Amino acid sequence: MSQATINKPIYLDYSATTPVDDRVVTVMLKYLGRDARFGNPASRSHVYGWEAEAGVEQARSDVASLVGANPKEIIFTSGATESDNLAIKGAAHFYSKKGKHIVTCKTEHKAVLDSCRQLEREGYEVTYLDPEANGLIDPGKFEAALRDDTILVSIMHVNNEIGVIQDIAAIGEICRDRNIIFHVDAAQSAGKIDIDLEQLKVDLMSFSAHKIYGPKGVGALYVRRKPRVRLEAQMHGGGHERGMRSGTLATHQIAGMGEAFRIAKEEMAVENERLLTLRSRLWDGLKDIEEVYINGDIDQRIAGNINISFNYVEGESLLMALKDLAISSGSACTSASLEPSYVLRALGRNDELAHSSIRFTIGRYTTEQDIDYTITHVREAVEKLRELSPLWDMYKDGIDLDSIEWAAH
Amino acid sequence: MAVYLDHNATTPLHEAVYEGMQSWMRSVVGNPSSLHRFGRLQRDAIEHAREQVAALVDAHPEQVIFTSGGTESNNLLIKGLVAATDAKRIAVSAIEHMSVLEPAAHTAPDCVVDSIPANSAGYISTDTLEQTLHADTALVSVMAANNETGVIQDVAKLAACGKKNGAWFHTDASQAAGKIAVSYRQWGVDAMTLSAHKFYGPLGAGALIVNRRLPLLAQQHGGSQEHGLRAGTENVPAIVGFGIAAELAQKQLGQRAEVMLALRTRLETALARIPAVTVFAQQSNRLPNTVQFGVAGFDGETLLMQLDRAGFAVSSGSACTSGKTEPSHVLNAMGVADELALAAVRVSFGRDNTSSDVDAFVQALSGIVDRMSNSAVMMAATI
Repeated sequence: MSQATINKPIYLDYSATTPVDDRVVTVMLKYLGRDARFGNPASRSHVYGWEAEAGVEQARSDVASLVGANPKEIIFTSGATESDNLAIKGAAHFYSKKGKHIVTCKTEHKAVLDSCRQLEREGYEVTYLDPEANGLIDPGKFEAALRDDTILVSIMHVNNEIGVIQDIAAIGEICRDRNIIFHVDAAQSAGKIDIDLEQLKVDLMSFSAHKIYGPKGVGALYVRRKPRVRLEAQMHGGGHERGMRSGTLATHQIAGMGEAFRIAKEEMAVENERLLTLRSRLWDGLKDIEEVYINGDIDQRIAGNINISFNYVEGESLLMALKDLAISSGSACTSASLEPSYVLRALGRNDELAHSSIRFTIGRYTTEQDIDYTITHVREAVEKLRELSPLWDMYKDGIDLDSIEWAAH
Repeated sequence: MAVYLDHNATTPLHEAVYEGMQSWMRSVVGNPSSLHRFGRLQRDAIEHAREQVAALVDAHPEQVIFTSGGTESNNLLIKGLVAATDAKRIAVSAIEHMSVLEPAAHTAPDCVVDSIPANSAGYISTDTLEQTLHADTALVSVMAANNETGVIQDVAKLAACGKKNGAWFHTDASQAAGKIAVSYRQWGVDAMTLSAHKFYGPLGAGALIVNRRLPLLAQQHGGSQEHGLRAGTENVPAIVGFGIAAELAQKQLGQRAEVMLALRTRLETALARIPAVTVFAQQSNRLPNTVQFGVAGFDGETLLMQLDRAGFAVSSGSACTSGKTEPSHVLNAMGVADELALAAVRVSFGRDNTSSDVDAFVQALSGIVDRMSNSAVMMAATI
């Protein structure tokens, strides 16, 4: 490998975070610096405050517009993690007199799962659904998990590791029929697939800016007004955002989120076609390697994601061997741990297969050259690692590895 | 554009902060939790900022927890400590920011919140604190400097008093940091709140400086960031900006304070010549940049409107409670009469202000006061 490639790894980790679009930066800079509209949007007594507030309101309407919401239904937060916390704990606390049962799925993001665990410590009961082997939730099994005291359902729209798209329209109908609050974590879907909250029976929806070329440190929560959904605030002090989220609004970040959502609305359709072509090119270049598997349904899936298990190759070694590709073995939020992905395990993948998986997520700045380079290097690395692998030898010799009883040591 | 005299609400970015953040906003991609090169670069940037922030307040970098701002820091500390210790009683001063008062109020009914009264000079005295404390008071929270009046508390003494009584001590230093010397170590506090945008850093970044022995439960769940105390992808550009702003504040503290104090003195000298004006807590030890005053017989909202029209951006007090028509709870706690409290104007200077800004402001204010008094006299005469 040449020095130049090492200094410039190819970024294929768009589900972890995305670069900020230049157009977004341009908008953000309008609110930063001495000659800018730098005021506190809560300042009511002067033009600095009013201009900042106008920036916030423009962003609110741009965010709402991408997802078919009313601007009044958008609450700004510090990110999707905060949105998930506010939605789940806020709704559970508010409706606790109605019941204390919550339904979610094992493949949710940690922000949802850990919020649910917190509620369990507070005396709530949580059902964690198993997805099918393709990562999707069976609506029948979902419905069977609901109880009379179920107050809240939280199901993500698109999974961050395997990119599969849940049928939130169907789940929403079931929830609405039973008068259960339905929260959807849309951090990985907004700007990537169509969302129309006028049609969907969704009550709460979490958004993130930095997953779609906006800045880090800002997100939003959609809170339905008709029928009205109530929340208990999780952060207090000043009553900003209609009392649901206190704290000075970070104008430049919010404005950046608005611009990112505006661009997404404009370019999503065309961009998706391009990404789908690139993803197919990547898979076509890898699929004839022996013993590779796609994790998650291939059709009900966003264009920018492919998650592949390379059997008989250890995932961490593969990541090390592919140093000039910025990729991950799963969620960035759990990447410091060496545990196999809980998402893949929930799909029924065994530890070995889960351990040998790589998530490739492509986006706005990925090129055909990036893909071709990736194919070549992945093929080389897999081949090399398998040459060193005793398990691969055994597999090639026709030994059924599952039948071996490993000696304890 | 109007002359900006509302720096306690928020400040424009320092040029160096603006420059420093730019590259992180533009070209750098990566999630700090990612293990690849992009992620590691982000991680290093965060750790560097942590050192810069720690240095500003004389704390150890390990004690710095980054948050989305002062409000989140205050919420995390109060609710996190009450939850972790099962506290039955806490004490907060009567003049705290809403982001302390409201989370405190929210610990009810499981936890009793005692209010520590302020005196007419805006101080919380150790005697009053001691009278407020109970054997089971788990936490005392007193701000280092007030956002409205600018009054600076003797935090070291108060902290010693609180700790002598077995309580953890928190101070909200959002308004103090960058304006006066702040020392986590010398003050002997257990927790301290900071906000970047109050000293030429960006909106959206704050910190809780915290004694690692203090029991604290995370309030935002879903990831192991910030020692597990604050889940969520870090806002790297803002944290980088926070770090640069902290370093600059530390280096320029003395010089900035001197310039601010000269402006403040100039303003107060001039205000003394307007009979209707009373400067709140004038004899108290205050932030060098802050002057809050009432104009007897005037309505504050009208005054602010007139001042805005004359080209001066000021406020009555906290931006977070602006738009409300009740008198300030801070002035109320100091025993200021409602009429005067409702006529409050806060001027808070920043590094771009000059003495001619002060002169122009005083001239405009005098003009408004004269005009309005005359029309009031005329109105009275017609009636």
